[in-house]
Amino acid sequence: MAEETARETYRIDRSLESRLESADAAEELAVSVAREAGLDEDEQHRFGMAVRETVINAVVHGNRYNARKKVYLSILATKDRLTVTVTDEGEGFRPESLPNPVAEENILQQSGRGIFLIRAFVDEFHVRRAPQKGAEVTLVKYVRRP
Amino acid sequence: MSVRLSTRQVGDVTVVDVSGRITLGEGSSSLRETIRELLAKGHRKILLNLADVSYIDSSGIGELVSGYTSVTNAGGQLKLVNLTKRVNDLLQITKLYTIFDIYDNEITAIRSFGT
Repeated sequence: MAEETARETYRIDRSLESRLESADAAEELAVSVAREAGLDEDEQHRFGMAVRETVINAVVHGNRYNARKKVYLSILATKDRLTVTVTDEGEGFRPESLPNPVAEENILQQSGRGIFLIRAFVDEFHVRRAPQKGAEVTLVKYVRRP
Repeated sequence: MSVRLSTRQVGDVTVVDVSGRITLGEGSSSLRETIRELLAKGHRKILLNLADVSYIDSSGIGELVSGYTSVTNAGGQLKLVNLTKRVNDLLQITKLYTIFDIYDNEITAIRSFGT
């Protein structure tokens, strides 16, 4: 029991390569954290997908696959929430400048749905310029225990 | 498991059985390539059977949209059948449910193409 209490709050930090495979690893980690937090399977999937899409954005649009740049992933699990921070070394972005992918004029666009899905799958979504350089994206998923 | 695609002909409808993950990279480019080849061979009635798709990300959704646009622009029809709950949810969230012609079973889907 004492071990379970100690496990209620923990943090995982990873430094990821700017490759698509990093998204698989990040998603796998996120799903396992979500499972441990007691989220149901659908919520685990949504949380994992939100983390996956965030890391893909960091690799593709942030670091532009540059092997010399890293993506930093941090997951903080507390009793009532999971907080994920993904930081890249790119030029940063402003989410409010992205087109709305469900607007009639954009609905048939091939891309542009990643951020929209991330927002749909977590409770909070924040973007800020990272202290050094690049974008720092924070996702928060509330854990509602029965 | 990455995506696997196989095609079969039912009357004049080409059914593409898709399984695995349609994600950025190989998964989405394979689907794009298959649809491109079908169009090049003159197929215009294409039904994507997504029953065994275990996962699709935003890039995969983009490929479905791209396939739909390519087939429609070529004067054909691309329809979807047997969506899993998760794929269904994604199409609802992205409002693509209003764009795609979606069916629960293959027989009905094939009949919908007409002759």
